[in-house]
Amino acid sequence: MDDIKLIEVKEEIFSDNKQMADGLRQRLARDKTYLLNIMASPGAGKTSLILKTVDLLKGDFRIGVIEADIDSMVDSKKVAAHGVNAVQIRTGGFCHLDAAMVTKGLNAMDLGGLDLIIIENVGNLVCPAEFDTGAIKNAMILSVPEGDDKPLKYPLMFTVSQALVVNKIDYLTTEDFDIDALRTRALSLNPDLDIFEVSCKTGQGIEEWVDWLRKEVEAFLA
Amino acid sequence: MHELPVTESILNIVLNHAKNHGVKKVLAIHLEIGELSDLEDEWIQRYFDYLSKDTLAEGAKLKIKRAPVVMECKSCSRRFEVNIKDLYEMKCPECGSIDCTLVSGKEYYIKSMEAI
Repeated sequence: MDDIKLIEVKEEIFSDNKQMADGLRQRLARDKTYLLNIMASPGAGKTSLILKTVDLLKGDFRIGVIEADIDSMVDSKKVAAHGVNAVQIRTGGFCHLDAAMVTKGLNAMDLGGLDLIIIENVGNLVCPAEFDTGAIKNAMILSVPEGDDKPLKYPLMFTVSQALVVNKIDYLTTEDFDIDALRTRALSLNPDLDIFEVSCKTGQGIEEWVDWLRKEVEAFLA
Repeated sequence: MHELPVTESILNIVLNHAKNHGVKKVLAIHLEIGELSDLEDEWIQRYFDYLSKDTLAEGAKLKIKRAPVVMECKSCSRRFEVNIKDLYEMKCPECGSIDCTLVSGKEYYIKSMEAI
């Protein structure tokens, strides 16, 4: 009978994706293009926030947007209507974007000359958190109607993001959404998280968020 | 939800090592996956059984060890384990600070495999 051998593997399951993401970050550093990955559940306001952000920053930077969707072109058309370069990636059933898909999206754009590219990841709080896209920073959106308990349910997403945008703050009533509890919960998972309370509808808080991103991009380009 | 691409990666890495070691059959694969991951052990195995048909790894059992969530206190550097249900009442047992960094809990690692 054959002896059973124990073979050391010692490999990260996502080593391929991680390598590709690191390679992408090196390329972005050379090209001086800042890549921001935005993640949120469906309906949290990813496209709305991107449109607001693009409108306020398009005077300062040359911006591109990569839209990921399981199977539609709706978002990229909306974004292109705001006068920025938009590419739609249809993930064909995939629940997230990975570094290979983002690289494809970037290759479809004229990278030379773009200062900022924003990725709208697939609407989902679970899977996108597990896959490094190659972005310089990750931002997540949580909208008030989703509830203040989301850090309890999706802790990984809160640990991989550097910015948390709490959208639809105009829906806030003290009874059903405890913003202080959300802050405490999110910060205990990730003390370095920058938190912004905004409403894409009324415009409240948008300036503060856009200032954060402007400083990020300026520091990266400097 | 994304067990399929995860399983694909596991299978590719395992088959690569199997080839390099000239094994006839992979019997088991030892994985270490962090507590913060949402992967379902049962589904990874199901996808694996499906994807590994007609390969050297067909029928291999996935043995998954969950790596605990470990935090390190930024003020006193004490490392401590946190139960995922208690993440929100988490504070350093040494000095009581809540300013801590995550040092473990996000693992996605293939440790070893048993093969003949």
